[in-house]
Order: sequence, then C-alpha cells, then structure tokens
Amino acid sequence: MAVAQLLPELAQVALLLALLVAILQGVLPLLGAHRGIAPLMAVARPASYLQLALVAIAFAILTRGFVVHDFSMRYVADNSNTLLPLAFRYMAVWGAHEGSLLLWVLMLTIWSAAVARFSRSLPMPVVARVLGVIGLVSACFLAFMIFTSNPFERLLPMPAEGRDLNPLLQDRGMMIHPPMLYVGYIGFVVPFAFAIAALLDGRLDVRWLRWTRPWTNVAWAFLTIGIMLGSWWAYYELGWGGWWFWDPVENASFMPWLAGAALIHSQAVTEKRGSFNSWTLLLAIAAFSLSLLGAFLVRSGVLTSVHSFAADPTRGLFILVFLGLVIGGSLLLYVLRAPRLEDGKPFAATSRETLLLLNNLLLATACAMVLLGTLYPLLADALGLGKVSVGPPYFGLMFLLLMAPLVALVPFGALTKWQRDTPRTPTAMLLPWAGLSLLLAVVAYFMAPQGALKTAAGVLGAGWVALGTLRFVWSRLRANGRFTPEMLGMVFAHLGLAVFVMGALLVEAQNMVREVAMKPGQVEDVGAYRFEFRGVQEAPGPNYMADRGTVQVLRNGSPLALLFPEKRTYAAGGQVMTDAGIHAGVLADVLVTIGEPLGDDAWAVRMHVKPFVRWIWAGALLMALGGFVAAGDRRFRRRPEASPA
Amino acid sequence: MNTPVPEAPRRALPIAAIVIGLVFLSLMGLLLYGVSQSGRADRDALPSPLIGKPAPAFALPVLHEPQRTVTLEQLKGQPFLLNVWGSWCVECRVEHPVLTRFAETRRLRVVGYNWRDEPADALRWLEQFGNPYWLVLADVEGRAAIDWGIYGAPETFLVDAAGMIRWKHIGALTDAVIEGELLPALRAIEGPQ
Repeated sequence: MAVAQLLPELAQVALLLALLVAILQGVLPLLGAHRGIAPLMAVARPASYLQLALVAIAFAILTRGFVVHDFSMRYVADNSNTLLPLAFRYMAVWGAHEGSLLLWVLMLTIWSAAVARFSRSLPMPVVARVLGVIGLVSACFLAFMIFTSNPFERLLPMPAEGRDLNPLLQDRGMMIHPPMLYVGYIGFVVPFAFAIAALLDGRLDVRWLRWTRPWTNVAWAFLTIGIMLGSWWAYYELGWGGWWFWDPVENASFMPWLAGAALIHSQAVTEKRGSFNSWTLLLAIAAFSLSLLGAFLVRSGVLTSVHSFAADPTRGLFILVFLGLVIGGSLLLYVLRAPRLEDGKPFAATSRETLLLLNNLLLATACAMVLLGTLYPLLADALGLGKVSVGPPYFGLMFLLLMAPLVALVPFGALTKWQRDTPRTPTAMLLPWAGLSLLLAVVAYFMAPQGALKTAAGVLGAGWVALGTLRFVWSRLRANGRFTPEMLGMVFAHLGLAVFVMGALLVEAQNMVREVAMKPGQVEDVGAYRFEFRGVQEAPGPNYMADRGTVQVLRNGSPLALLFPEKRTYAAGGQVMTDAGIHAGVLADVLVTIGEPLGDDAWAVRMHVKPFVRWIWAGALLMALGGFVAAGDRRFRRRPEASPA
Repeated sequence: MNTPVPEAPRRALPIAAIVIGLVFLSLMGLLLYGVSQSGRADRDALPSPLIGKPAPAFALPVLHEPQRTVTLEQLKGQPFLLNVWGSWCVECRVEHPVLTRFAETRRLRVVGYNWRDEPADALRWLEQFGNPYWLVLADVEGRAAIDWGIYGAPETFLVDAAGMIRWKHIGALTDAVIEGELLPALRAIEGPQ
C-alpha cells in the first residue's frame, strides 16, 4: 500500500532518469561516431532500450492513476471522474496536454528502440548518429515535459471527485486517433535523424537511404490513419456533418502529411536514380520540422483553434526555443553540407524524374499554402491588421487549384520511364482511359440531382486516376505479371487518391441538409429519403443524461434505418453534447441530430444526406495501406553488400 | 570528400541558403511574436481609408429570407453596425458573446454581414450560438465585400444615419474596444444631431 502511494514519485524518478539516458544517448554516440570510438557508439542501442523501459514505467503509472481514480494526482483529478467508464479512463491518459506529451515521448522512444533493433544491416557509425539525433530530440521533449508540463504533479488535499474528461473526447474513435497521429508525427524523426546523420557524415549512401524508405512510408501511413480518424471523429461527434474544417490543428497535422507524401516520392528517385539528393534531405528535415511546428502551434496557444490545449506562454517559449534549435541547426547543417553531396544522373524533360519533381513541387507548394493560411492570422496580428480567421474560402480554392494538376499527372508517373521517355508512349496508353473518364464525367453531369459540375469534376478526377493506375497494372500483367510490394503499394495509394477525390467532391456537390421543427409523427422528405420523427425520451448514460430522439428513415418508401440521435448533458461539467444518429452506407450516409426542444413536443431536428462521404475515409485508408504494403518490400531490408557505392 | 564537386550548385547555393535563412528567421520572429502576444489583449487596428467616406452601395439577400433583398438606402436613417462574419471563422466564435451582449443593450441596430459562407452553415451557426443580429445579409460570393475592403472576418463597421462609415474595427470586438472606441464614435455621431 505504501509503495502504491509513492508510485507517482517513482514515475517522476523514471522520467528524470529517462532524461539522463536520453542525453547520454544523444551525446556519446555522436561523439563516438565523430571520433571513431567504438565503445561510445555502442552506447546508442542499450540507451534506446533503457529509455523506452523508463518512459513505459511512467506511462503505466499514469494509466494506473486513472484506472484506480487516484485524484491526488492533479492531472487525473482534472481529466477523470468516478463515473467515467473504464475504457475512457485508459484514453483519458492522453486527453489533455501533459499526458498527451507523455504519450508523444513514449512513441518517440518506441521508434528509437525499433531503430536500434532493426538496424543490424547498417554500419555502426550510421546507427550511432541516427540514434544520437533521436536521443537529442527525445531529451528536449523530456525536459519540456518535466520542467513545464509535469503529469505527475500532486494535488493536496486530494479532492473526492475529479472534473471529468472533456465530453468531446469521450468517444472510442478518440482512443486511437491521438496514438496513430503521434506515431506518424514522431515517425518522421527517423528520416530526419538519417538526413542529419548523412549531413554530418558529408555523404549520402544510397544503401542507407534505401533502409530509411520503409520507415518514412510507415510513419506517413500512420499519420494518414490518424488524420482520417480525426476527420471521421469530427464528422460524427461534432454532428455538423463536415469532415474537414481547415482548423489550425487539422492544418498542423496536414502539413507534415503533405511534406511526407513529397518525401516518399523524392526518396524513391534518390534511391533508384541518385537524383534529388539534397532535396530529399531537405524534405526529410521539413517533414519533421513541420511535425514539431504542429506540436508548437497546438500547445503554445499562439493560434485560436477549436481544439487547442490551454495557453501558456512559458510552454510556448520553451517549444519555440526547441523548434529554433532543431530547425535552425538542421538547416544550417544543410546549407553548409548539402552542396558537397553528389549529383544524380541527368534526366530529360519527359522522364519519370520530371514528373516526380512536379509532384514534389505541387505538394510542397500546397504545404506552403497551408502554412501561410495557418499563420496568416498571426501575421495579420503582428502587422497590426487585427485578428482574423482564414477559412475554407481561402484553403478550398487554393487547394483545388494545386491538386487539380497533381491529379492530372498521377497516371503518367507510373507509366513514364526513368531518365528519358517519349511523351507519346504514356499519352497513347492513357488516351482511351482519359476518354472513358471524360465520358463517365459527362454521364455523371446529367445524372446528378444537384451540384452537377462538382459531381462531374469528381468523377473525372477519380475515374482518370483509377483507370490510369489500372492501366499501369494491366501493362505490368502483360509484361511479366510480377509486382513488387513497392509497386503494389503505389497502386493502392493511387487508387486511394482516386477514391478520396470521388468522395470529397461528390459529398461537396450532393450534400443535402434540412433543418426543421418536428413533432412526433411528423414526416420530412430530403431527396429520396423520408424521415419520420417518433419523439424524444430521456435516456440516462453512465456519466450523462440524454434526450434520445427516435427517427425512422425510409429510402424510396422502404425502411432503411431506425436512428437514435442524442443530446447529452454531462454530470460533472454540465456540458451539452450532441451525438448524431448515423446510418452508414457505401453510396450515402444518413445523419440525424436533435437540437433544442421548441415546446409543445416539437424539437429542432437536422437531417443530412451525405452521398459518398465514406469514400473520403476509405480513400485515406487505401493510401495508408499503400504505405504499409510498400514498406514491406524485401528489397529495403536486404543486407547491403560490401561493394563500393 | 571523395567525390568531385560540380561547379554549378556551388554558385547556386548562397542564394538558396539566404532564402532558407530568411524564411527560417521570419518564421521564428513571427512565432516569437505569437508567443509574446498569446497572453495579452488585442491591440488597436490601423485606420481605414474608408473612414469618413460614404459606405459602398449594395443590394444583398437576407440570410433568413433569400428572396428579399436589402440595399444600403433602406438601412439609412439611423446609424447601424455592420458586423462581418462567417460560420467558418474561428475568431467570430470568440467575438460572438461580446457582440451578443452589446446587441442586447439595443444601443443601435447590429446588421450581420455573412461573408463567403454556405447559407445552411450560417443558419446552423446562428442556431447553435444564438442570433444577435437585427438582420443578416448574405454575401455568398463575396463580391460586395470587395467594395468594403473586407479581407478577413470578423470585421465591424459603424455607419451613420447618412450612410457614412464613421468607424471600423478589424478582428474580434472586445468589451474594451466597444467601451473605448465604438461607443465614443457613436456618441460623436449622435452628439450634434
């Protein structure tokens, strides 16, 4: 019992030790690699494992605090409650700033240990440098947590009841959204550390670059899933029927995603052709820097967002200094060392290299555009122009302009040869499929019940990417029928893009919303759907009281679903949350929420019909699958021969 | 270094290095400013060239009754406050309670200017947070907003009975702005009349 009471203090000690180990992991191996001292380099691997063990202990103790309701821990008292169900208590660990930072560090140490474990094929100096850089990053985060955001602070006297977890976060989707997102964000530390190692070493060995490619793919795939879960959560939990809001926090996750997508493509060029060397390194630095920038924007309170953490200037300043050191230091190193790197083989204007260069330019521009839009409110404020918001009017338009050429180019990429190709070959292969997708678009234009132009654009874009990608599959099948996992990954990811484009544009075009006051028995038609309101009953939940509506939905006269939208009032804070009743469908979602009681048994009822909305997330999942499949390519794991580069 | 260094990139580098350095430094400067400001209240906005000039004419549909159009002429006769907002605008949500409290004093008409928004989203936003406006104009395309020099939301204009713009505020209204700027400007209009 006495030991159990001291667990939070034990966690404190574990974190301090982890900081110490991280500093050792950062300093000794880098020094060893620089001077060629083998014993110092050998510190890297055991230090990684030890750090993981220490952080895992701290994480387990925080989790225990939530499970047993230890309200003497301030963080637990602030974010839990005796009524909170057990499943939500596990995820409440990362429900606020301090705990999510601990999760972040845990993910970082997991990646670090994984690199230590799966880097047998690399020469020791490279391993030492990569783990050393990760150790330094980890030391910064640990220091940040210990000195400004300690999750193990005590609260005395101990309160009898906790304040409860933010009701918005009391949802199963939220259980895996932050971990996925963090795995992705943090995963970019591997290509980053590799880039720094290469710059320190002064040369970029293609065999080592090949080794980092699956890590980039996996990190990007996790980030894709994380973002997708966030979007899905916003869709059903916020009950607005929207799936992307261009909120600063969403943008913060989207920027590293775009940079990561560019990095995946540029790494492929560098590995296979030896071109884009310095660009690949710069992108690796950018992807991780943008992850850090995202963390800064979310946690410093600099930008106003729907879901930012509490503002605290000390924290902001700390991460800013950290950000400045990491980004400034790596850019300085880049500027000093990158010009010494070898240049790749030359390539003609019509070659796969050119297409991938265009891909990179478009993705990088999109990323810069999101960055500008996200920071513009701050810039306007700094220049004395007042506080403003930049929303969908800016992002939506800019994004469409940048993504249209990208979508147009995708099918050419896989069909164009490296180094030199005649533009006629891929064009001739793709022309019939361009014609077919155009035809489909025309048909869609005349069939669309509303938003004909956007529908046609969606079908055109999706059809073009999907058919063009399948054309590549077909030519492979005819050639020899062999697909490497790398190719399959590319095919999945590009098909995912097609599915996503279809969903995003069609839901935009054909989305229908009706909001009316309804009395029990009243019927309302939205498109081909009929909604019959059956009334509202009280329904108690574990830690909330709900008004639960019952709505029968019919499509073309036949019953489709019985939906139960809820309006919940949480006991601890009195916050009111809506919980939508959703019927998911491949071709359309039907979503119902209830608003205010309007007296006389009438309620404000909002009915959405969202065609193809699932395709957005299905597309994202396909992209993530592509990332994982490509990462599984054996080629990346083959032990490099001792032949000269 | 064991590889020969090509000449061209070496000459190209300083420019790239300068660009990278400048971008990095300005980003850091901006973020430092952000951190230093994150605790403080808003600062004053720059004066607008529109102040003291006649308000641009417009004819815009009413959000709640799209078939009805309202022009500037119809609003003249008494001063009114024109508040630019959108359901997509996060700052507008911050401003909303302040504006609601001010509207409830019934000091003057508060006209909403719903800028570049989906009418359905705008209506839902008003339903969720409450509607402080006497009337809401919908400028879905954002055409009329160009004449007003609107480039961000929220933005607020004080227009007098004769249709002259007398005061403008960019960014979210705060109680301090209302007390210290809007009300004095309003008294200045009403004083001599």
